[in-house]
Formats: sequence, structure tokens, C-alpha cells
Amino acid sequence: MKKLQILGTGCAKCNALAEATKKAAGELGLACEVEKVTDIKTIMSFGVMTTPALAVDGNVKFAGKIPSHDELKSILGSVN
Amino acid sequence: MTFFRTVVFGLAGVVLWWLAYSHLAMVAGWLTYSILPLERGSHLGASVEFFVYESPKVLMLLALVVFAVGIVRSFFTPERTRRILSGKRESVGNVLAALLGIVTPFCSCSAVPLFIGFVTAGVPLGVTFSFLVSAPMVNEVALVLLFGMFGWKVAGLYLGTGLLIAIVSGWVIGRLRMEKHIEGWVFETHTGVGTLDEALGWPARLRLGRDAVKEIVGQVWLYVLIGIAVGAGIHGFVPENFMASIMGKGAWWSVPLAVLLGVPMYSNAAGIIPVVQALLGKGAALGTVLAFMMSVIALSLPEAIILRRVLKPRLIATFFGIVAASIMAVGFLFNLLM
Repeated sequence: MKKLQILGTGCAKCNALAEATKKAAGELGLACEVEKVTDIKTIMSFGVMTTPALAVDGNVKFAGKIPSHDELKSILGSVN
Repeated sequence: MTFFRTVVFGLAGVVLWWLAYSHLAMVAGWLTYSILPLERGSHLGASVEFFVYESPKVLMLLALVVFAVGIVRSFFTPERTRRILSGKRESVGNVLAALLGIVTPFCSCSAVPLFIGFVTAGVPLGVTFSFLVSAPMVNEVALVLLFGMFGWKVAGLYLGTGLLIAIVSGWVIGRLRMEKHIEGWVFETHTGVGTLDEALGWPARLRLGRDAVKEIVGQVWLYVLIGIAVGAGIHGFVPENFMASIMGKGAWWSVPLAVLLGVPMYSNAAGIIPVVQALLGKGAALGTVLAFMMSVIALSLPEAIILRRVLKPRLIATFFGIVAASIMAVGFLFNLLM
């Protein structure tokens, strides 16, 4: 069970990333739970300065962008 | 082999771009007066020709520059900028921060985490502000539009004075020692060490350039077209010197008024610059026009509301006050000199 965390204070891009992540994970059949982290202090503890960002099991994979669908799939595929 | 192909395609693209770009004026004239039944010198003709010429020109410039800037930005992550700035002395730090503000990717929605990240990593408060002023104000979209519609002189003036405002206002805020007006929890925030520092190859950088074009041009093209359409209307139908009494040099109060009007307007540079350019042609003074653009782009209410989470009201008011005053100074200076 992977823990996917979407880091973002609730802007439009953060919601878009959450949707894209769920879709990509669904297509990969990845066993995971998706959590939105909106508290700024918690976000900062991940060491990111730009949102939205994605962390898998506590490790930040990227920050400040929404990757393309294929890119997202290859990122999620590589952690499996 | 693929590298070679990329270079060949790239060069061919640039040549085609240049051929199309250099023939725009001719094509626009031909479309307006030969294809459409419009008369040279008529109001409608002038408006249509303006629109048919300016919109592809600005969009083409925008695509090229955004692509280049997207590649440049792949070398400057916020994490890297923070490393460069942390522990820097003021003054040198203010200048560096303003310059880095141009090339570091920045979105006002990330202003809060960026602020916390900078301040807790030992970037002085004033230096952080120099960055926060420069990043939104001196951006590639504004510069392209200014270059496309006003020429390189005005674009250069905007770049130079924009940097100066960022440097000076950050320095003043640093001198005022306002650290106690940052919300206390900011300093209690434990910031993790960024793990991201991917080494990128050229294919990835080119892709980032392409993505930037898709994202930024996709966001602003409609505003550019609307702005140019309104500008075209003004260009063709508003009488010469109409703006002279309202936004001309003689009306000193027009500079502060322009700055004040700019604050609630959160339009991006893309929509505002073509309109403002048309006004300039109708007798508005350059200083007033520059002040208005800077105020629209650099001072925005949404940003103030976002920053309220980390800054106490007095620091926000000081920040806005100093930047607004600097913008007015630039406006007065240009009205006086030119």
C-alpha cells in the first residue's frame, strides 16, 4: 500500500494534480491511498517551496508542476 | 544522431519563424486593403490593420521568448536560488535577488511557501522582498509585449526601473528591521531539506521550454487578443490627443491615480499592455502609462491576501507603500524627463 500525498494549499493546480494522480494510479492498478496535504507547515516539512508537489511514502517526487499523464504514470510506475 | 536532428529542425524552425515574422506588416496591409473592402485612412481600416498586424506579431514573439525562457528557467530552481541567496549580505543580496527574480520560475500561488523557505533558510527579509517584487513584475510576458508594442527602449526602461524598484524597496524594508512583523509560526516551521535536484539533459530542457509555451501562451493568448482588439478600437476611433488632458504630462495627479487604479486590477500584463499602448498614441504620458502597468502587474490585492498568512498587517502595508511610492517616483521621473 503506497501513500501518495498531494502537497498544496488548495489552489486550482493542486486539485488538478490530485485528479491526475488518482487517474494515473488507477490505470496502473497501484494499491494506494491519496491524501491531500493542505497545511502549510506540513507542506514545508517536506522541504518544497513550490506547489503543487507529490510525495510517495514521504519522498518528494516533483514540485511546482503538473506533469503530463505519461510522465506521471512513469513516476508512479517506478515506485511500485 | 537525434541531437543532430534536433539542431536541424530547430534551425529550420527559427528561419521559418523569421520569414513569417518579417512579412507580417505586408500581409496585414494586403489582407486589410485588398481582401477586405476597406479604405486606406478610414477609421475601420486603421483598426483592422492594427489588429491583423499586432496579434500574430505579439503571439509569435511570445511563443519564441517563452520557449527560450522556459529553457533558461530549467537551470534556476527556487531551491537553487535560495542556496545562492542564503546568508548573503544586504545590498549585494538585494541586487542578486532582483536579478534571480527574472529567471526563477514563480507563481504567486507559491508566494507563501517560498517566503517561509527563504526566511527560514537565512535569506534576509529585505533580500526576500527584493525577490518577491522582482519575480512577478519583471517577467517575460510583460517584456515581450512591451518590446512588441513599444519597442526595445520602453522594454529596456521597464526592465531597468523594475529591477531598481525591487532592489530599493527590498533594501528599505531590510533597513526598517521589520522581522518582528512576520507571523511567529513562520520561524517555528521546520523546513525539510529539499531532496529535489535532478540533473536534466538537453532533451528534458527543450521539453520544459515546449511545456512553458503550451502553458503560458495557452493562458494568455485570449487576453492578448482582447487587449489588442480594444487597443485597435482606440487606435482607429479615439481622436488624437484625447488622453492628453487625463493622462498627459500636465496632469500631475494622473500618476498616483494610475497607481491606485492598478492595485485592484489583477489583469495580467498580456491584456493591459496593448490597451495602454493605444492610449499612449492618443496623448497619454509615458511615465503615467509605465506607472499604471507596473502597479497592475506588481501590486495585487490577491497577493496581499495570500501574504497576510505570513506577514502582519503593518509589514504588508509597508511593503505596498514602499513599492507604490517607488512606482510613482518612476512615473514622475519619466514624465519629467521625456
